[in-house]
Parts: sequence; C-alpha cells; structure tokens
Amino acid sequence: MVTAELEHDVVQNSVAYCCRDDGAKLVSEIIRVRGSQADLQVFEETRGLKVGDEVKFTDEMLSVVLGPGLLGQVYDGLQNPLHEVAEQEGYFLTPGVYLHALPIDTEWEFTPVAKTGQTVSAGETLGTVPEGLFTHRIMVPFGLRGEYTVEKIVGGGEYTVEKEIATLKGKDGQTVEVTMQQTWPVKIPLNVSQTRLLPTDPLVTKIRIIDSLFPIVRGGTYCIPGPFGAGKTVLQQLTSRHADVDIVIVAACGERAGEVVDTIREFPELIDPRTGKTLMERTIIICNTSAMPVAAREASVYTAVTLAEYYRQMGLHVLLLADSTSRWAQAMREVSGRLEEIPGDEAFPAYLESRIAGFYERAGYLRLKDGQTGSVTIGGTVSPAGGNFEEPVTQGTLKVVGAFEGLSRSRSDARKYPSIDPLESWSKYVGILEPSEVVEAKNILRRGNEVHQMMTVVGEEGTTVEDFTIYLKSDFFDSVYLQQNAFDEVDGATDAERQKFVFAKCLEVMRLDFGFDDRDQAREVIVHLADLFRNWNYAATDSDDYKKILTDIDESIATKGGATKEEPEMANA
Amino acid sequence: MQKYYNEITAIAGSVVKVTASGVAYDELAAVTTRRGTSLAQVIRLEGDQVSLQVFAGTQGVSTGDRVRFFGKPMQVPFSPNLMGRIFDGAGKPRDNKPELADEPIDIGTPAINPVKRQLPCNMVRTGIPMIDIFNSLVESQKLPIFSVPGEPYNELLARVGLQAEADVIILGGMGLRHDDYLIFRDAFETGGVTSRTIMFIHTAADPVVECLMVPDLCTAVGESFALQGKKVLVLLTDMTAFADALKEVAIIMEQIPSNRGYPGDLYSQLARRYEKAVDLDGAGSMTILAVTTMPGDDVTHPVPDNTGYITEGQFYLRGGHIEPFGSLSRLKQLVNGETRDDHRAIMNACIQLYAGARESTEKKAMGFESSEWDEKLLKYSDLFESRIMDLTVNIPLEEALDRCWNMLADCFEPEETGIRRSIIEKHWPKELAAAEAA
Repeated sequence: MVTAELEHDVVQNSVAYCCRDDGAKLVSEIIRVRGSQADLQVFEETRGLKVGDEVKFTDEMLSVVLGPGLLGQVYDGLQNPLHEVAEQEGYFLTPGVYLHALPIDTEWEFTPVAKTGQTVSAGETLGTVPEGLFTHRIMVPFGLRGEYTVEKIVGGGEYTVEKEIATLKGKDGQTVEVTMQQTWPVKIPLNVSQTRLLPTDPLVTKIRIIDSLFPIVRGGTYCIPGPFGAGKTVLQQLTSRHADVDIVIVAACGERAGEVVDTIREFPELIDPRTGKTLMERTIIICNTSAMPVAAREASVYTAVTLAEYYRQMGLHVLLLADSTSRWAQAMREVSGRLEEIPGDEAFPAYLESRIAGFYERAGYLRLKDGQTGSVTIGGTVSPAGGNFEEPVTQGTLKVVGAFEGLSRSRSDARKYPSIDPLESWSKYVGILEPSEVVEAKNILRRGNEVHQMMTVVGEEGTTVEDFTIYLKSDFFDSVYLQQNAFDEVDGATDAERQKFVFAKCLEVMRLDFGFDDRDQAREVIVHLADLFRNWNYAATDSDDYKKILTDIDESIATKGGATKEEPEMANA
Repeated sequence: MQKYYNEITAIAGSVVKVTASGVAYDELAAVTTRRGTSLAQVIRLEGDQVSLQVFAGTQGVSTGDRVRFFGKPMQVPFSPNLMGRIFDGAGKPRDNKPELADEPIDIGTPAINPVKRQLPCNMVRTGIPMIDIFNSLVESQKLPIFSVPGEPYNELLARVGLQAEADVIILGGMGLRHDDYLIFRDAFETGGVTSRTIMFIHTAADPVVECLMVPDLCTAVGESFALQGKKVLVLLTDMTAFADALKEVAIIMEQIPSNRGYPGDLYSQLARRYEKAVDLDGAGSMTILAVTTMPGDDVTHPVPDNTGYITEGQFYLRGGHIEPFGSLSRLKQLVNGETRDDHRAIMNACIQLYAGARESTEKKAMGFESSEWDEKLLKYSDLFESRIMDLTVNIPLEEALDRCWNMLADCFEPEETGIRRSIIEKHWPKELAAAEAA
C-alpha cells in the first residue's frame, strides 16, 4: 500500500507505476483518491520503496491482452507469461519484470472474413486464425462504440499479433487501426452481446455424484466448499481433465504452488480422448500461488474470467475453475484492512458479498451477434476457516451460485471420495437424469441416514428388517454410484450414457422388494450386489467383462438376490 | 551511505517512530540505547515518520537515542562456514564463535517461479515406520506436526533431523525453552550431524521480534544451499509461537484483527514461509517439517487451521505416537509405488484393520460381547501399537514392512487381510505358515 501526492487528474482503478530508485517499476492500481492524495495498491513486494519516489500514472485500467496465443500459456495474476519470465530471470519472480503476454514473433495464418466497405460493430469477426484446436476469431475491438466501416483489410497470409490487419472508419470520420491483439480492463465484464440465455445445457464432468445428483450446466455457477484435506483440489483437477467444454481456464489463486506444478507438468503429457491433442492445448493456467504477492492475487481471478469471456465471444464453451475464492476474499480483506475501512464480519470488508456476486455473475450463456452461442461456467472452491460453512465467504457464495457441492470431513475421513455430502449439497439445475428419479434416489439416501442414526442408538438388533434394508440400499447406492475411484482409468470418468444406464440399474435394485427374512440375509445379498456393481464400474464399457458382470447383475435382480444362494451349488456343478 | 537520526517521536510495544527521510521500506536500522545496540526493521513509512520494529524490544529506549539506517534490507552471511554454527533470531552468533564476514544474502527473497518447480519424486527415509510406511515424507514437502503442548514433538523433530538423508539440516527454534535448545544441541552433537547442521535459535526469553525473523533466516539460507544443488531439511519449532509473535506486533501496529486476535494476513504470512519448500528444476531441494502446537488440542484454532490449508498434509502427534488416522502426507502417492511392491498394500491393510480394531475396542468398552473376529483385531491392535506405532521403533522401511507381514500372519488368515492374492503369495511369511501347518 502506497499513498501518492497528485499533481494532475487521475482515473480511479487506473494503473500506476511506483519507480524504485534502482530503476524497477512496480505496477500498482489506484484504489482510493482523497483530496490530492491517491492510495495505490502495489501488485509486488514494496521492499525498497522510499518516501519521495516517483509514481507514474497512466489512463489505462488494469487490463489483459487478448489475441491468438493465449491457449497453453501459464500466466501469473497480471498475465505475465511465466515460462518466458523463467527463461529471462531464472528461478525467481523478480519484482518489476513484466513481459508481453502473447508471443510477438509467432506468425498466424490470417483469413479475412469481413470485406472492404462492410459495416461492423464491436465484437464482430474481421477474420480468423487457426489456434491449435480452434478457429480463433479476430474481432472488432470490444471498446469501440457505434458502427464502423471497414476501410481496408489485409488479404490472407501470415501476420504477427502486432501487425495492422484492418483499418476501420467511424461515423465521425475517425479511423481505427486494428491488430490481432487488443486489451480489455479485467474488472469490467466483457460481454458485447446483450442476449443472455437461461443456461440449461448440462455440463458433464464425468463425476457421477455431480452429473447425476447435483448437476452443473454450461453458463452456470457452482461452488465447492470444504475443509482442508477433503479433496477440493483433486476434484478441480479431475474436472479440468474431463469436463465437456472447449476450453478450461484454471485460476490457482493463493493455493499451493505444488498443485499447479502437477497441472503444468502433466497436462502437456495427457491426451484428450475427444480431440487427440494434449490437454494443455485447451487450457490456460493463471497462477498466483500463496507465496506470490497478495494484491495480484485479488486481480488474478478477474484476469482469468476476462480471458474466459474473450473465448466465449468466439462461440466457445469455457469453464473457469477458481481455487480458491477464499484466498481471493482474504486478499480483499488484507487490502481493506490497510485502507483502514470499517470491517464487517470476521474483518472482511462490507462489500465482500457484492464482489463475490459480481464475479459469479460474469458467468453466463450468450447468444452472439451471429446467432452462435458461447458460455462461461464458473466453479469456485471455498476454504472455510475450521471447515465451518457459517462464515462470510461461504455464505456470500451460496447466495449467488446455482449449485453447491459441499465436501464433508467425515466422508473424506472415511475415505469416501469424492467427499461431496449427498445430504447437504444442492443444485438448482436439471442434469442428464429425470428429476423425479433423482429425488427418489435422494430420498433413499435420506431415509438410509435416518435409519443409520437410529441404529447408533438402538443397535442393529433394534432395527426392523425393512428399515435395515433401506439402510443397506442407501449404503449400496452410496458405495457403488456416488463414490468413484479417481485413480482408476475407467471408474475415474463415467460418461453421460453410462451414468444413465448404471443409475437406472441402481434404481432397479433400490426399488426391488427383496422380502428378506432376516438382517444377515439382507446384508449378504446386498453386499454381493454391491461387489458386482463395483467390479462393473472398473470394467471398460462394452468389454467382455462388462457384459459378463451385467448378466450376473440382471440375474441377481431377476431372482431378488437368489443368485447368491445358488452360487455354492453352481460351484459344485 | 549511513545516516543518523535522533528524533524519536513515539515508542509503543516493540515499535518506535523516528523522523527521517530517504528511508526505504523493509530497510534495516540500528537503534543505539544505553543498554546497547539493537537491530530494527522499517515496517511503515508515513511522510517523514518511519516506524521501526526494534528486535530487542523498546524497554529502555529513550526519545533522544540514535537511529542509524543501513540502506539495505536484512541480510545474512552465506557460505559453507555456516555449517555447525548456532545463531540467534537477529543473526548473531550464539555459540561464542566470531561473526561471519562472508557474502551476505537477502532474506525474504521473491517467490520461486512455479514453472521452475518440478514434481517431487524422492522419499525422505526417517526410520520411523509410522512415517515411512503410512505417510511417507517426500523431498520438498512442507509438513507440520500438529501436537498438543506436552507431547514429545521436539524429540521427534530431532530424530527426523538425525536420521533423514539430507545434505544440510537447518533448525529454526521459535519461543524455544532454553532446555529444549540444549537438548537439540546435544542430540545433534551425539548424533554426529553437527558438521552439517545450522541453527537459528530464538528462546522464549529473547525479544519477541527476533522470533519473526527465524523462519526467514532459515529458509533464506536453505534456499541458497538448494540453489547450489544441496538437499536441505528445515526443521521449525514452534510455528504457533511465530504466529503469536505476528499477532503481538500486528496489534501494536493497530491492525484490525480478523480471528481470535490474529491479523487478517496470517494465511499469507505463513504461506510465504512454507511455500519456500521446493524441488528446483535442475538444482536441489528444500523440505520443511514444522511443529505447530495446537492450543487446547483444537485443530480449528486459526494457526493449525490456516497451516492445514497451506501444507501438504499433517502429522498428528497425540498420546506419544503419530496418529494413524488424520495424519496425511499428500505427496506419498508420488513415492510409495516405487519402494517395494507390497508397500501400498500393507499401508492400506494395516490401517483398515487398525480402524476395525478401534471399533472392537469401543464395542468392548460399551459392554457388548466380542466376537472371535473382534478378539483377533484386538490382538492385532496390541501388536501394532507396540511394534509399529511406538515412537522409539527405529528400523528401515523394508524391515518395517516385513515386521507388518509377520504381525498380520500372527493374527489373521491371509484372506482376512483384504490384500490382493498375488501380493499375499509373494510376501506372506512362509516359515510361520509352515510352522502352523505342522
């Protein structure tokens, strides 16, 4: 935090540079103006700054560079390309070193779409370049207001991002030169289409408990609160691998560097089965890990969401994973504390909730000007202090998201992964399954839990066979369907078709009136069924194993578990 | 370029304000009083008012005392000569040997670029079965030992220091009892590792501000060794004392507290230190093992809670042993597949059976009848506690695995353990089975 004496007008939230006397310029943002003094939040360690050092102001708000070459990059919270920084600076992130976010020398194969004389407005396509798997649209700068005429546009050919590719002329005769890159202020939502649609398209993550019970949709929002060690980050990593979207943006905000290293090192090796290319080609990583400066952490989630919105303008579906929004909120708290603002709950600033709402509201499903659709889905983890969800960040988030995937310590302690609590979580979206059947399954889980609670008091002996069967059924559904082995290739990712099929089979079992004589028989039959299902989960779809186990399951269902009793005889024969 | 100022305008807690100009943030200064000279650090600049955090405290500081600014941040000399030396929290020798005049390095260096980190893949062997088998320590891991005051956490830390394979061992003591400091010193001397040990010791009697410097000193020196390709092990005790020192200073600076009086940036402050643990691409590594005492055995207390979110797992020390449940090494998967083919199988089977045994114990305690299976589990749990969990057990990983097999064979039939058949066939103790058959 730095306070500067002003000599001329400044723009709130514009960028300024604090010039250290050894020549380093530290990027900062104006966050408060009082009289002739401006308070700056410096995005770097302020070590070495002195009273009397010069501050240079700009008119620009904190912005990101948008253009071809973003995919596959690893950026810090201010869009510094970290691979390039490492090449130049070695092991450390030296304060005051800022590199251009896009590769300047790369030539892109440009194909013009707009014609000379055509009338265009912000966000319309001037031409395209191929970027890895996608056709990257070069668009009319989003900041232009009103209509423009294309005065000149270059022919097809290879150009760098800094090369002028078109000249636009406004109504008032003023001309704008367009390159393949443009900038956009991160804190202002980028949305040049005004048609926001209701998100209804399920987003399949291949995690059964999410897709089936607590679904998320393209253009929707969800949050994953959980205490430490409950598996938030593993869940985010799995989602980033399997989610059925075009582009994934991972914002590692104030979390462990080691976790980002996992992604940075593994994604270039992992092949995406849908495209045959590596996962890195559809991924952008924004990392501002816990050891990096706090103020840049606050900016990093905005940087990430702006990049997501940019690709949405191209008619692509983007998923933004923010891990963790609590660290982002804490960064706000630190800044607010230094501004000596009056604190709210747990010393968080009073505007915490509106900031959280503003961030999640940047998600959405859009119809673009050319009729195509694109979406940004936001999934944020929350790390509540002490694992207690009654704290400001969790509560502020729950008010604005469409789905709540709450992780529980008791489930993760029991090694039940993913540890999403099926009784507490909720989703306002409709997923791949028939809603009435989902309700049916949830009711069995709820009643099973009630019986279980009762059993801890009166023991198994005091429970009726009917109640005990319900408990076993809920435990069956939990263990074979809701739990998933993330480290198994087949079980770790279940596609939508298979989920529907397996869910229907589970429901068949749960609806069956077994008519057990006693608890031992009930346990034996259902444990056997669970074992079949579990092995079925490990078998690749339509493999011989898969078909064989399915036959066994069907037989077991047809005979109400009689198959178990006949087994010894079959073995003798 | 050294300047002197003697206009001290405010003294409160460990902070003095002095009127001065041309001073940089984070710069080091010296305050000379009648009692002697103390180092101080610039923590706030407001116009010509410079707030200094005085390491030795402000007792006896007079408004007419002299302040000298060094024009550079806090530094520590760095060279191989550090080995075997003991310093205090201000970086002064504590062992009556001369000060070092080697090339100084900055403490509190910028963050390591994440793309220069690599995925850790080397196990740190400690000879403690509860760590080696069940929650392997991995090079570059940052791991706290959550402990109730009164548990033998310092003994455990000293043992890890003595037995772990590391090129350099750095011990950082914060709020350490003087007795514990002597115990550490003697343990390292008897263990013969003094020649590769460096200690930065702040005892409970020392000024509180020096406590804040200890983790930075340790990690700055460790990082420099790691950059030279060394394997560094940093042992810190006790991080709760560090957090309490942060709280004390934050409150004197009139910062708004967030939770139980701790400052809002507690997470960032802890993370900045712990995140120094690193496996450098093309150089060495730094592993951090830190004791965090839990006031009132409460893991939701802000210090252990924030720590848990930062570190890669945790060891719970309770009842004189490392708890098999709750303790977690998040990185163990990276190494325990490479050690021996039965490592993971033993790890899972022993814990699951021990969990079963706990239930049987409860059942027995509540007066329910024990089944034959319960009896087997109870026998197993006794053996497990004495042969594996006991902290005095000191054997290599392979021997510990064999010991587990023998224990399982003593108590169970092979199929009762739930271990995969192929592994059972290879490792189930043969002589014992033969003896039983006969």
